[in-house]
Amino acid sequence: MSDLTLPIDRQRPLDPPDEIIELSRQASMHRMRYADGHLGWLVTGYAAARAVLADPRFSNRPEKMHPAFPARAALAQNGEFRMPPGMFLRTDPPEHTRYRKLLTGQFTVRRMKMLEPRIEEITNACLDDMEAAGGPVDLVQAFALPIPSLVICELLGVPYEDRARFHEDAKVLVNLETKAEDALAALGSTMAYLHGLIQRKRKEPGDDLLSGLIESGDLNDEELTGVAFLLLLAGHETTANMLGLGTYALLANPDQLAAMRDDPAVVENGVEELLRYLTIIHLGPFRLALEDVEIEGNLIKAGEMVGLSLPAANRDPSRFPEGETLDVTRPASGHMTFGHGIHQCLGQQLARAEMRIAYPALLRRLPGLRLAVTPEEVPMRSHMSIYGVHSLPVTW
Amino acid sequence: MEIKADTTVCIGAGMCALTVPDVFDQSDDEGTVVVLRGEVPPELEDAVRRAVTLCPSGAISAS
Ligand code: SF4
Repeated sequence: MSDLTLPIDRQRPLDPPDEIIELSRQASMHRMRYADGHLGWLVTGYAAARAVLADPRFSNRPEKMHPAFPARAALAQNGEFRMPPGMFLRTDPPEHTRYRKLLTGQFTVRRMKMLEPRIEEITNACLDDMEAAGGPVDLVQAFALPIPSLVICELLGVPYEDRARFHEDAKVLVNLETKAEDALAALGSTMAYLHGLIQRKRKEPGDDLLSGLIESGDLNDEELTGVAFLLLLAGHETTANMLGLGTYALLANPDQLAAMRDDPAVVENGVEELLRYLTIIHLGPFRLALEDVEIEGNLIKAGEMVGLSLPAANRDPSRFPEGETLDVTRPASGHMTFGHGIHQCLGQQLARAEMRIAYPALLRRLPGLRLAVTPEEVPMRSHMSIYGVHSLPVTW
Repeated sequence: MEIKADTTVCIGAGMCALTVPDVFDQSDDEGTVVVLRGEVPPELEDAVRRAVTLCPSGAISAS
């Protein structure tokens, strides 16, 4: 298996690539060739993936990482490249701990509960507009993207009118086929915008998360810009794709859709199940072994890369029996869609709140909701780091 | 059942507070775990065990 490279093309839109499914049937860990020739690992088993993500002997710093995707190889090999400060996702403790602690208080279960009325308002306004316009509409543009986009902009204190400037950059950045120089340019342009925003907020603080961080005085402007970038990007791309792809999946499974629409008791778990079943993190995360580590009898040598297929881990039959079916009533918590270990998603409770409100609101307001094209015509985000639908034409 | 929580390890992911809000909360400033009751009633013990396995950072344990 040592010449295996990363397969990302899906044969069926809602399932991981066949090659990954086949591999996960054989073993939970595999040797894999990275884009620069490095021979590392691919993990497809649930327990092994959890073990890697919880183990401090693996680093998430980008400096020595080997690229998994050919278009990114040049970027990684350019020794000059360093993560801008503040992008704490790609740091290790104690640096990571410092940033994370500054932010976790803003994303607690309780705080996200307090945001619910505002999320409901935003959701209802989107639905009002959809109804007024009449179908067919693109559900991504009318619903799936504006809800998380408005929520994260308000939370951070980023003017929503400015969204066009970073939406375009975000698309470039999450495209796995984007050339290194284009990715750097998109990163630079959004960073410049956010840096300006931080400086304005320093003079005129508002009642928002970024102003609060500025006031606390723990981070300098460069760090604040990096933090703002990470939260803005993560707040957009993830939940928007869950709402778009989740609706597509529900339309393909009418009995599951009916349960999410008609039974409020199902919604909380139904959201977990959609998170598990869809696992929109296509491939990755990736880690670098800082020392020799043995996992399930496999010796991962210091300096070797380990990539995880979370879609495969979340369908591991030893953890989720019949994981290939969408069943909104199965016990789905424990899935790894938000990751595991110290980098587990900071915004996960916000994402849950948005989905718990948005799915049932959509399905109840528009009970006749259906695709306006054939399922095969829906363009899938196969080459983006976050999987989903590019657009979802619907009518009702 | 005895619960131990280590706020220096906790990353504030909130899985504990989400799973057993009667037992776990999160602090307002750092978002780290707060144990609300020393004694866990028997009917909540399973949920607490589940919270321990769901915690991404290994910050909580129950014995
Ligand atoms: S689940 Fe673990 S990491 Fe998350 S808040 Fe609770 S104790 Fe902390």
